[in-house]
Amino acid sequence: MSSVASLHESELQHAGHDAQHEHHQQSFLTKYIFSQDHKTIAKQFLITGIIWAIVGALFSVLFRLQLGFPESSFPILEDILGKWAPGGKISPDFYYALVTMHGTILVFFVLTAGLSGTFANFLIPLQIGARDMASPFLNMLSYWFFFIGSIIMATSLFIQTGPASGGWTIYPPLSALSDAALGSVRGMDLWIISMAFFIISQLMGGLNYVSTVLNLRTKGMTMTRMPLTVWSLFFTAILGILSFPVLLSCVVLLFCDRNLGTSFYLSDIIIAGKVLPHEGGSPILFQHLFWFLGHPEVYIVVLPAMGLASEVISVNARKPIFGYVAMISSMLAIVALSLIVWAHHMFVSGMNPFLGAGFILFTLLIAVPSAIKVFNWLTTLWRGNIRFTPAMLFAIGFVSMFISGGLTGIFLGNAALDIQLHDTYFNIAHFHLVMGVAAFFSMFAGLYQWFPKMFGRFMNNTLGYIHFWITMVGAYLIFWPMHYSGLAGMPRRYYDYSNWESFKQFGGMNKFISIVVIIVFITQLMFVFNFFYSIWKGRKVREANPWDATTLEWTTPIRPGHGNWPGELPEVHRWPYDYSKDGKEFISQITPVGEEETGPHH
Amino acid sequence: MYSGAMEQKHKIHPYKFSLWLGIASILMMFAGLTSAVIVKRNQANWISYDIPQFFWWSSLAIIISSITLVLAAKAFTHRQMKQYRNLMAVTCVLGTAFLVLQSLGFYNMWQQGLTISSTSSVAFLYVLAGMHALHALGGLVALIVLYAKSYSRKQKMYSVLPIQLISLYWHFVGILWIYLLVFLIMIR
Repeated sequence: MSSVASLHESELQHAGHDAQHEHHQQSFLTKYIFSQDHKTIAKQFLITGIIWAIVGALFSVLFRLQLGFPESSFPILEDILGKWAPGGKISPDFYYALVTMHGTILVFFVLTAGLSGTFANFLIPLQIGARDMASPFLNMLSYWFFFIGSIIMATSLFIQTGPASGGWTIYPPLSALSDAALGSVRGMDLWIISMAFFIISQLMGGLNYVSTVLNLRTKGMTMTRMPLTVWSLFFTAILGILSFPVLLSCVVLLFCDRNLGTSFYLSDIIIAGKVLPHEGGSPILFQHLFWFLGHPEVYIVVLPAMGLASEVISVNARKPIFGYVAMISSMLAIVALSLIVWAHHMFVSGMNPFLGAGFILFTLLIAVPSAIKVFNWLTTLWRGNIRFTPAMLFAIGFVSMFISGGLTGIFLGNAALDIQLHDTYFNIAHFHLVMGVAAFFSMFAGLYQWFPKMFGRFMNNTLGYIHFWITMVGAYLIFWPMHYSGLAGMPRRYYDYSNWESFKQFGGMNKFISIVVIIVFITQLMFVFNFFYSIWKGRKVREANPWDATTLEWTTPIRPGHGNWPGELPEVHRWPYDYSKDGKEFISQITPVGEEETGPHH
Repeated sequence: MYSGAMEQKHKIHPYKFSLWLGIASILMMFAGLTSAVIVKRNQANWISYDIPQFFWWSSLAIIISSITLVLAAKAFTHRQMKQYRNLMAVTCVLGTAFLVLQSLGFYNMWQQGLTISSTSSVAFLYVLAGMHALHALGGLVALIVLYAKSYSRKQKMYSVLPIQLISLYWHFVGILWIYLLVFLIMIR
């Protein structure tokens, strides 16, 4: 913490400090493990996120085996899973655990920590011209709290009664009573403790991101000269700071109900003929608290995805982003609206219809800023000189997924329709496309785009193209058919549909979806191989700015050290989207505005 | 080492700004909890109870500790180190007294049969005051560390930043407690 004093007082020492940077000796431990360099912390978030993504996706393959082949048994499953798959068939208890952990892992550990943890850490200081985060120490803690949370969640997978199994939304009373399900015995406690660490990690990270963006921008980098990636990560962090603490209160009360005999969420419950002493609680209270975070959470996932896609699309279309200010204001509108729409997850909870009408209105209003953003992405692509790199393909794929998934959001935002479609496969298709697959596509776009900056090498392009096309086609083949079964009323989270006359017709479709899931999963493993292989063996980056981009991260050395820029920080003279201007391919942000340069100057 | 802050003058210090954000997030957590109380209050089975006197004494302790901390910060800026140390010592003692009185308040309620599992209205007091006590404990540890540092021979303290940061946090913890107490009295 000695940097506190030096930070505050000595402007004179500034030059000296930079020199110190370069000569600072680092051991393996301080360089790669307990590093305070934002770039290393970003990679730590990324690699932890990749491991979790493989686990989470593998779980979906396992439960898809049950859904696609409810009659068959796979002896190999018994060898691996033991008592969870007796006779090679996944047990119902384990099926629920798989579904729950798939959601928890992907929503929180991969698409929140893995996505904004990676890119906020990596891009914010590099793109605003800062040497590091406002508090590198807090930043390091942020990762290690995430790590501890991860270890606890991973531990819960191996305990005797299995991990939490009440769905990722952990609604009480199922999650509050250990007699209710196997996963509610100890798995649920571990889930809560793990999430508490995770929330603290997110808060420490978020505080840092906001404070860095507001305080550490380099000279000339006004707020309206920041790339949209930074804007989106900034809004994401604010949203996280405002909503994650409410989830913490929510799970603290749940923890008390489970372990201290309180009745916040429980009332009048009879298990196996025995009346429980809990009196006067309300499970609806839990839903309010949970969704007050839960809904902003989907924007915490999708806002960084929007930012990454905007940047990748603009760079690779060789055009300025269309409607820069509209992009920022629509993100602001999304942030504001996301905090007042949580009850649209609760239309079937017996809510007053007049109250519901208000939530419908705000929910549908989100379509406006979302549509503005889609319009701007499409107009940015329009007549662009498009370079179809894997990053660009994934960014375009993101727009496609966001449109397809977003349209069904308009259906589900209406209480009249939602009461029919609630908890059906229609809903699954909606949120997987709009926030799951879309956010993953953007994350892939970001990885292919910034991999050269992260590791000084390129990823393999051919594998990238194969990865894109199989994932793109596969994602639609998996989720598109689910709209139909959802409209027919097929409920989510069921173990076996083959006993229902009305859902038997979907047996073949379920089998088809499961086969595609396996193919897409193998393709993702190929991406992971490409990622790790390229770190050591990929084609080396020879020039500092391989994509001909305008932003500041490409003005650093190919492999920047801690402190990012040797010598002085760069000075910014223009906005980040001067592409194809005045006959020039691109004009870097550090180039001063020329005398005969045409306007407008941002 | 991180010169970005130095290159931009006349701005709020990034650490202080981060602390304000942290305060906002803590506020959101308590907003979540107190709104939960309001929701529960309007449902059946709400049982009123009397708040033990200990909580009034603890409030007094934390208010006075805030005043002594203001004086300590003032003494520090005027480099009156002896006075600073004394005032910091008083603040630490009062902070400890606050936590002790809170525990006595809990103990008193427990003895009356108002345990955490008795009824929701009481359980909320335990959760609200308990979560607050955790935040106060964090502040107290920071206060004690800062006090201990003023005796350190190795390190001379010149920066006003640490005392400013801790003051901000401690005052916030104090105000938060007063808010919670008023809230609990009004809602019980």
